[in-house]
Amino acid sequence: MRPVRRPTDGAPPFETLVRDHGPAVLRFCIARVGSHAAEDCFQQTMLSALRGYDGLRRAGSARAWLLTIAARVALDMHRAAARAPIPVDAIEDLAGTVEPEPVADRHLWARVDALAPKQREALLLRFVDDLPHAEVARAMDTSEAAARRNVHDALRRLRSAP
Amino acid sequence: MNATPATDFAAVRARLGARAREEGLLDIAIARHDAPDGPLLLAATEVGLVRVALAPEPEDAVLQRLAETISPRIMRAPHPALETARRELDAYFAGALTTFTVPLDRRLSRGFRRAVLDATAAIPYGATASYAQVAAAAGNPRAARAAGTALATNPLPIIVPCHRVLRSGGEIGDYLGGTPMKEHLLAMEAAVTR
Repeated sequence: MRPVRRPTDGAPPFETLVRDHGPAVLRFCIARVGSHAAEDCFQQTMLSALRGYDGLRRAGSARAWLLTIAARVALDMHRAAARAPIPVDAIEDLAGTVEPEPVADRHLWARVDALAPKQREALLLRFVDDLPHAEVARAMDTSEAAARRNVHDALRRLRSAP
Repeated sequence: MNATPATDFAAVRARLGARAREEGLLDIAIARHDAPDGPLLLAATEVGLVRVALAPEPEDAVLQRLAETISPRIMRAPHPALETARRELDAYFAGALTTFTVPLDRRLSRGFRRAVLDATAAIPYGATASYAQVAAAAGNPRAARAAGTALATNPLPIIVPCHRVLRSGGEIGDYLGGTPMKEHLLAMEAAVTR
């Protein structure tokens, strides 16, 4: 028998995270890799989250945490798709591969991935999840001013020369 | 390639639960189960059924408590102990089963409370006992009140039949699922054994 662990008080059950944030993560995956590859992106994201889940994260940022993982999974899928040669006899399978992405987009997402964690989380919540700054602040357990600053800094970094 | 479109979140979620369990990432699998007195929430660890929550217990609170006492790696997922529990509960409510065989994980009950629940588990189908009797069987005849607390916090109601314990005067007494459910279970068991 596995020993009884003592997780932090208030650690939400993973089931609650799936219920509350799963649909947003799936929408994000559909937007990033297309509907045919979205489920693979979603499953990889949630299984990776569950693998590292000990309930030790600050409770409010679960959504940003999941979206960050999803962004990384989507980026990896695009990189893998760009590397993989396309067999001539597998044209009908093309529907199942990651949709081609403009090179400019791929670079943008690589740079999103390279942002400082707080900036990246704030950016994802603000623009991917379309949350107002006050909600971003609540999700990340920061002040609204700090949330604005994180989003602002993230955008400034993305706009500056790579 | 999956036949179901990715936009069907319920199906995607169900496949996630199954995969999480296959990959050994879950500590607790849960399932809802419809029953005559209201929906039940069932939870199982790799050891066995660990929790049955009756309809009046708020699901979020039950899951939160499991997250804090056992592990937050909880998801709706298929699990053999849950399947057995569902089948046996259906049979029990149909009057066709008097003894549950589903494997149990008793880790949520310790000490005197565990002893009270073990004494309760020994009350035969269709029979009843008093709080004082189960307290005595648990080794402390004067702890009827503590026995009442143990029964009120029974993590496995129905399976561990706390509904078979009555007040000393034969009064029905309290029940996690509400007094009407307790009356229903007792009447059903009495009808089957008559």
